[in-house]
Amino acid sequence: MSLSVSKLNSNILIAENRRAAPEFSQKVRVLCWVMTQPKHLKSRTQHIRATWGKRCNIVLYMSSEVSDFPTVGLNVSEGRSQLYWKTIRAFQHIHTHHLDDADWFLKADDDTFVVLENLRYGLSKHNAEEPLYFGRRFTPFIAQGYMSGGAGYVLSKEALRRFVKGFADGLCTHNTETEDVGLGKCMETMKVQMGDSRDVLGRQTFHPYPPDYYLPRQTPRPRPWYLIYEHYQPVEGPGCCSDLAISFHYIDAVQMHTLEYYTYHLRPYGYKYRFKLTTLLSKTLIALALETQWFTRKALVNPNLGCHSFKEERTSVCLIVMCLRIDGKSSFPNI
Amino acid sequence: MMSEGSSFMKGMVLGGIFCLVMSFFENFNSGTHSEVHEHLHHHLKPLSKDELEKLSESQMSDLPLQVRVYCLIMVTPKLLVHWATANDTWSKHCDKSVFYTSESSKALEAVDLQEQDEWARLRKAIKHAYENAGDLRWFFVARPTTFAIIENLKYLVLDKDPSQPFYIGHTEKSGELDYVEYDSGIVLSYEAMRRLIEMFKDEDRCPERGHALWKTSEEKQLATCLKYSGVFAENGEDAQGKGLFNKKSVSSLISDSMGQNPADVVEACCSDMAITFAGMSPSQMQVLMYGVYRLRPYGHDFHDSLTFLPPKDSDND
Repeated sequence: MSLSVSKLNSNILIAENRRAAPEFSQKVRVLCWVMTQPKHLKSRTQHIRATWGKRCNIVLYMSSEVSDFPTVGLNVSEGRSQLYWKTIRAFQHIHTHHLDDADWFLKADDDTFVVLENLRYGLSKHNAEEPLYFGRRFTPFIAQGYMSGGAGYVLSKEALRRFVKGFADGLCTHNTETEDVGLGKCMETMKVQMGDSRDVLGRQTFHPYPPDYYLPRQTPRPRPWYLIYEHYQPVEGPGCCSDLAISFHYIDAVQMHTLEYYTYHLRPYGYKYRFKLTTLLSKTLIALALETQWFTRKALVNPNLGCHSFKEERTSVCLIVMCLRIDGKSSFPNI
Repeated sequence: MMSEGSSFMKGMVLGGIFCLVMSFFENFNSGTHSEVHEHLHHHLKPLSKDELEKLSESQMSDLPLQVRVYCLIMVTPKLLVHWATANDTWSKHCDKSVFYTSESSKALEAVDLQEQDEWARLRKAIKHAYENAGDLRWFFVARPTTFAIIENLKYLVLDKDPSQPFYIGHTEKSGELDYVEYDSGIVLSYEAMRRLIEMFKDEDRCPERGHALWKTSEEKQLATCLKYSGVFAENGEDAQGKGLFNKKSVSSLISDSMGQNPADVVEACCSDMAITFAGMSPSQMQVLMYGVYRLRPYGHDFHDSLTFLPPKDSDND
């Protein structure tokens, strides 16, 4: 759809002193769909349209009714009990009309804030023809776990195909109202792999709650209620969240613009970020990674796992990534 | 009855005229200075990109060494959580940060001024800072309820000579007096500090304990003492004229902008190079720290002319 492509190019922020994101937007095409409803268009969804919505290659606002917002009208009524139906219908619509327009398919709520550049960067090392699904991994209800709906999750093209095929063949059914659990079950049934979206330091990129839930320092304590479902050992305080965060949820209108200001505008002049993206990591860091168990995970170094698509990275980086692979499942190497 | 009434009226009129004359004289003394300076200063902006590019290599490498900031953070035990937050976050980006307290707290270190009066405390802190400045030439005074981005402060004063008097922040007017608001932080050059401390000796024009029946706020007393020493308040702004010193929280400013500029909320709200915000809770300040120093989109590179490195013993930055 060349229309959406030209729209995206004109909206890329090129402020003074800034180089636009290396053209990941054409190499890593993301279609975003936002789960919304008529009641929320003015109070919530318009703020997404004004901020991150335009950074998607294509953005679709999915509602029960079509409108000039513009929204796509799904053949579903509103209400919590209908959420999984909405999800199913939304993905079916996307599969029918947009399968070839994107490589990755993100679902977000109308109170989720997303940093598209960081999503594309994380996805850039992965192959959309593989059955993969990324997000904030939760543990209960399903053996392999599932990805939090509010924090947003992203399906590869192959994962989308399998989801739709699952319903077409009756292998997946509407067996729950909880959309994220339901989708997670179908992913498991259709043998879609769970990805690990954490950065190289083990910090989360997708967040089901706002930043103030995670960042303030806490004395060591048992998991608060909002961290109960976590698959990976949660970290409270500054180590919670990656510098290259991808999403935050339960973000109201004021917070949406505040996060936009923090991410894309407010900055310290001349500051050299502490967390640097380097293609060559120091020997000390490599040694540390090989020796220590990070956050109770067991690091498996499997020499058979190749470092596919690391064209420009050096071997040392490859070693780190292999360390972070758990049980052969792919990780999110934001390096 | 009538004659008593008219005497009363005469008395009132005479008293009124007397008051007006006295206030006229008061203004007259400082009036001559302000005429000359107001046109030259008042709005202070950072160097433009073009001007920065024109600087020579040696000038560029010297600048970060010259622009070094001593932070005076005025705390009280009542503000303990904000005190701890400032200690943990932005104050680590000052070249030297000293906490000055009204009374000591077991939890956190500070210079205990043992002084309950806010103006007297500020005077003592200023004297202490000046004496302990070493080779630091810029001073930033704030309460821990303020959040400051020191790199942006340095960017603002980069080309300003600290041996000249500078008194910068968010300026307000009170009658004839232009003063810098305390909540959004006060910047003073070395020369301004020196003149101020000299003026502290003048008990008539710059008393330590106010003689008036009412108490003037410290920010206004400070402005008055500075004005008598020929130092005038200047409003810190970016190239577009947006204020860099904010006495409101980020969400408050964003919220205002949503009301006034719904089509362009963030652009219209606040400067990219903002220096201060105030009125934020400690956890909002932790989020702001992350938002300023960490959260960013991959691929947006800046070609700034200067480099500031992350400080030691700090995180969330």
